[in-house]
Amino acid sequence: MDHGSSQDQLLSRHNLGWLLASLVMAVAPHVPRLPPWVSVLFAAIALWRLDIARRRRPLPGKGPLLLLTALTAGGIYMSYGTLFGRNAGVAMLTAMLVLKLMEARTLRDCMVVVFIAYFLVITNFLFSQSVPTALYLLAVVLAITAALIGLNHPRGALRWAVRLRLAAALLLQAVPAMVLLFVLFPRVPGPLWGLPRDAFGGRSGLSDTMSPGSISRLGLSDEVAFRVKFAGDVPRPSELYWRGPVLWDFNGRTWSAGKPVVAEGLGFTGFGAPLRYVVTLEPDDQRWLFAIDLPASTPPGASVTADYQLLAAQPVRQRLRYDVTSYPAYRTPLRLSASDRARALRLPRQGNPRALQLAARWRAQSRSDEEIVSKALAMFHDAPFFYTLNPPLLGANPVDGFLFGSRSGFCEHYAGSFAFLMRAAGIPARVVTGYQGGEINPLGGYLIVRQADAHAWVEVWLKGRGWVRVDPTAAVAPQRVESGIATALPASDIIPGLLSERTPWLRELRMSWDAVNNGWNQWILGYNQQRQLVLLSRLWQRPASWQELGLTLAAAMGALLLGLGGLTLWRTRVGRETGISAIYGKFCTKTARLGMKRRPSEGPADFARRIARRRPDLAEQAALISGLYIRLRYGQGAKKEEVQRLRQMVRGFPGRRV
Amino acid sequence: MTVIVSTPTTGAPHEAIHRLIRQAGQVILGKDRQIRLALACLLARGHLLIEDIPGVGKTTLAHVLAQLLGLHFQRIQFTSDLLPADILGMSVYDRDNASFKFHPGPVFAHFILADEVNRATPKTQSALLEAMEERQVTVEGATRPLPEPFFVIATQNPAHQIGTFPLPESQLDRFLLRIELGYPDREAERALLRGGERRNMIADLRPCMDAAQLLVLQRAVAEVHVADALLDYLQALLAFSRSAPEFQGGLSPRAGLALLRAAQAWALIHGRAQVIPEDVQAILPGVAAHRLRGAADRGEQSEQALVALLLNSVAIP
Repeated sequence: MDHGSSQDQLLSRHNLGWLLASLVMAVAPHVPRLPPWVSVLFAAIALWRLDIARRRRPLPGKGPLLLLTALTAGGIYMSYGTLFGRNAGVAMLTAMLVLKLMEARTLRDCMVVVFIAYFLVITNFLFSQSVPTALYLLAVVLAITAALIGLNHPRGALRWAVRLRLAAALLLQAVPAMVLLFVLFPRVPGPLWGLPRDAFGGRSGLSDTMSPGSISRLGLSDEVAFRVKFAGDVPRPSELYWRGPVLWDFNGRTWSAGKPVVAEGLGFTGFGAPLRYVVTLEPDDQRWLFAIDLPASTPPGASVTADYQLLAAQPVRQRLRYDVTSYPAYRTPLRLSASDRARALRLPRQGNPRALQLAARWRAQSRSDEEIVSKALAMFHDAPFFYTLNPPLLGANPVDGFLFGSRSGFCEHYAGSFAFLMRAAGIPARVVTGYQGGEINPLGGYLIVRQADAHAWVEVWLKGRGWVRVDPTAAVAPQRVESGIATALPASDIIPGLLSERTPWLRELRMSWDAVNNGWNQWILGYNQQRQLVLLSRLWQRPASWQELGLTLAAAMGALLLGLGGLTLWRTRVGRETGISAIYGKFCTKTARLGMKRRPSEGPADFARRIARRRPDLAEQAALISGLYIRLRYGQGAKKEEVQRLRQMVRGFPGRRV
Repeated sequence: MTVIVSTPTTGAPHEAIHRLIRQAGQVILGKDRQIRLALACLLARGHLLIEDIPGVGKTTLAHVLAQLLGLHFQRIQFTSDLLPADILGMSVYDRDNASFKFHPGPVFAHFILADEVNRATPKTQSALLEAMEERQVTVEGATRPLPEPFFVIATQNPAHQIGTFPLPESQLDRFLLRIELGYPDREAERALLRGGERRNMIADLRPCMDAAQLLVLQRAVAEVHVADALLDYLQALLAFSRSAPEFQGGLSPRAGLALLRAAQAWALIHGRAQVIPEDVQAILPGVAAHRLRGAADRGEQSEQALVALLLNSVAIP
């Protein structure tokens, strides 16, 4: 009956195995992110601890452990240059967790290990919040809970199925509380704790510069850039130019954006019906909010630049939802300031002589700017240009090399060289980067725009028409604009991620998965303060405040706990012959108040004798009650009036200390 | 025991039981509980194993019971050279009739004391134990029923195991109850030392009942009412012994039946028409102790500690 006096009984090998297995599960997703030596340390110490348990040897003393801990902390400081922040913190937590196991002697120590393990589970969400991660971590929590149950169970070694069933039951019982807390816990704007700075390394996406190869690199990525839900029908793909950074400055090789100039208002005239839609942007650590050419509204907190880019106030570090209205048909102002004109015509002093020559010839032969634009597009269309993700490298004069040499390139080659030719011919031109097209998910009825849909096009300033979009890529590979990147590329260029375009079932699977992810993002991860208030205001038919939210949460949790408590009490009531048992139970309650508590294993006759010894004055009453109870409960043919008599006798029994 | 919580059964049988216990108590001093247990075992149609050191009155108890019940008593002293035929009997050639005649062995009696049963070889032991179980004897192809009632008290000396054949668990299971007598308390011992020769006192005892009356009582045991609530408790005990890690293997269904029958007999002895949990608790040590083994990895636990654990852990529903 004695549990936990000796260490062996407390942390049996069986329980240690469970504890270690659940720790390994919790640490496993971190392994690729940890320095290899931390993983090795973890494995080595875990094996050491197992060995100690198997050979029933004593745990190492305080001295060696302290030394090991100090060395580990030092090593982590050496690896990261700090002990804080997300990555170093996780490494520290992992190492300390396994070291704690080396001094786990008492139940309390083991509980500490278990709770650190729970915390380690949460740290995984600092790296990924996807559906598979959540499912995996749920399994980890189940394992840790099973280990916890094993540690605390009086019966010690439980079969694994029993453990898991108990753990699953525990977690299931927690579901109502979880849902309540999720829906009602007052949200703060932004994440509960700020994600550390280093959480955003290595995201792919557009940048504010463009050089040959920078966008075709994105063509290899099927990561989602953003998802769009349209209020009405999804427009034709050729209208879906998602405007991103606008690049003005060319240094002979790279186009760059320069400092954005924030505009006061939207300086253009839109025609026709506007498009209304909601964009859910994946975090890319950049400020651009992508919108269809040209956006007519700014989401709250965002601003618009003079060249019609939407900019968020802060780099986007968590998934962001915003509403936009766009006019696909528009006209920009007909005046171009002198500084803008100069900037839109500026070319490097030297380089690319053949392109300059060609532009000069076109200028001489043409009467209008429009004619030059047509000539350039015609050249791209008629000459043997190829659209490919894998263009050859270009030399010192990339524009010349491309136009007259390789003639194979991705959109940035076409846009870049087209803008160069226009500027050389005296037409103000700028490069616009962003995304083009997207894929409709029929399951969710929304559009997915991936990094592979990244695109670059050109805007030229024409007298009397303002800025006009020209997409030279469309002249080379019209399918790119009409039906998307996957069909426009030659078969040899297709990357595995896009292969599914040609296998319908795979495509369907991908779409279902994306619909699941989208729902997860919108309803679980995207459930922020704003959505919470909107949802609850709709439920309550009036505006909700966070104070009300807190009160509702407290009330709901209270009700839940009361309900569960009531249910538990109801279920542990004494069995079938409730009437008789309940009356006897009342008798036992009364005797307990007099300082004589019936032990659960004490029979009624024994109990009556004990009462008689303790309180001879009550002996007769107790004997009568017990005798009648015995006849009713263990004898034959209990009569109603006898039960009634028992009730009266118990009622007449003194219940207070005299 | 001042308050008697019971609904007495009426009539002579109960009177006879009381008189029997009283008279036995006058010879065997301070062992009231053991006398009642032995009687309960007999009434439940079971057999009794007494395990104790010599000289505490094992044989006396058997003698007294046999005498008071008016039963035909046989004592078999088990030795290592005892053969099955010495117990069961054998056919001997009768020269007068020129035929084999069966000479029944000592087992053909109502009341048998198998003294120091662990001294005989397993073969001889099993001859007796099979007779106990089946209440008949098969010798040389002919099956002969044993008399009714048939009651065996076997004794075993636990202290000196050299040159003995301890009964295996499967054989122990055939004894409904196992009791220990133990030393008498101070008062009883003083009375014992002052009193006369026990053997003479036994000779002076007058039977309280006969074999026919005993059979009636045995049938009455089965009539003692068992409520569902009591079966719930009994099953909770069995379930705990089977699931708790302290036990290596729980109580068998046969042990469950033994518990029930012994509890019924105990209730009858105490004049109750129904079994109550206390009856089960009273006979549980005698019925369960020799059937329980502690789990090996829990260290050595005495049988008494295991029974106490069982008693204290299971709540009465």
